[in-house]
Amino acid sequence: MSASQWTSKANDSRNKTSLRAHLIRRQPPCVGSRRTAQYLLLSAVLCLAMALMAANTLYAADSDRKPIARADLKSGIELASRELRQQQEDPILNPGMLAVDQGARAFVQAPSNGQPACQACHQLNSMKGLAAQLPKVDRTATRLHNLHTLVNRCRIERQQLPPLDYESPALLALVSFLANQSQGLPINVDIDGPARPYFEQGRNLYNSRTGQMNLACSHCHDQNWGRRLLSEPISQGHGNAYPIYRLEWQAMGSLHRRFRSCQFGVRAQLGAQGSDDFLALELYLAWRGEGLLIEAPGVRR
Amino acid sequence: MAARVQIQPNKPKAGDIVEVRIIIGHAMESGLRRDDMGRRVQRNIVNKITCRYLGQEVFRAELGPGIAANPYLTFHTRVSRSGEFLFDWVDDDGERGSERVAVDVQS
Repeated sequence: MSASQWTSKANDSRNKTSLRAHLIRRQPPCVGSRRTAQYLLLSAVLCLAMALMAANTLYAADSDRKPIARADLKSGIELASRELRQQQEDPILNPGMLAVDQGARAFVQAPSNGQPACQACHQLNSMKGLAAQLPKVDRTATRLHNLHTLVNRCRIERQQLPPLDYESPALLALVSFLANQSQGLPINVDIDGPARPYFEQGRNLYNSRTGQMNLACSHCHDQNWGRRLLSEPISQGHGNAYPIYRLEWQAMGSLHRRFRSCQFGVRAQLGAQGSDDFLALELYLAWRGEGLLIEAPGVRR
Repeated sequence: MAARVQIQPNKPKAGDIVEVRIIIGHAMESGLRRDDMGRRVQRNIVNKITCRYLGQEVFRAELGPGIAANPYLTFHTRVSRSGEFLFDWVDDDGERGSERVAVDVQS
């Protein structure tokens, strides 16, 4: 037997003795006062239960309050430089408009396998407002969808084509074209009913610490937006401009790719584009930024 | 290769100076980057752009590898009558692109 086991055994016996002594000291002196004590205990428990219930309703009402008040909501472009803003707003300077053009061409082009083009079912400009309501749960209420997954669902079910890679230029072009139709419309998502579990999942992710830096999204984007990380302004973390042309990428990219950039920044494990976690986070962000106008395609540093 | 062209003002009078702007969708691979496996990525940039108006060359540019993706160019020229601006460009792979835009000159 090692020395440490001896010491631990010695400690055990000493603890037992002291506990017994403690119990003996706490014996009630007579029956009458024990009954009083029971009453006191019961009322204390009742009070506690009522307080908990009250706190619970308060919490429920409070928990759906948005971390950033409507009046303080700022799209990322409002915190960016004037030059960047000009680049986003000018359709010739904004490289994202090339993706929109490419998406429009793909929308009318019938696939080579003889199946109908997107335009065979959908009018060219029929997606106005759709991007502002996404992500949402599909008809069968089995999963949450954004534009990427909706396009791929159509490809599989209607066009008998393999799904496009989430971050492929072809899919980003289609998504840019569809999202662009909602430009200028306010975000308005449904978080009740079947969407509620996804919303809670997204909120939980948003507020959970992660990575070697041990930071949650909220630490930067709720508590420190408007300040600077080195030379870069910290945004409020809204998804209203996606897909974006990011100067750092020199290409179009999805919101989920941007999530991965944030995860890389806090040295966390990178999630997968199109994963349930990212879709849930996208839903939470959309709700958090409700009222912001869709800017797609945005331009960011 | 996709491009967007714009002429401002879009209904000029004869003899006016207009601003011609073009953005070309191209990755402009500089030839200095390496891929995930450490192999050098072949340089592929749009190296020459010309613009003709009424059959006459009005603008030409030779681009280098320091230009960012999706090159954006703008120049000014004087318009005399209605016609087309015809852009042509070629990249290192020999792939050609072109874009045309009509200008409606008010007399």
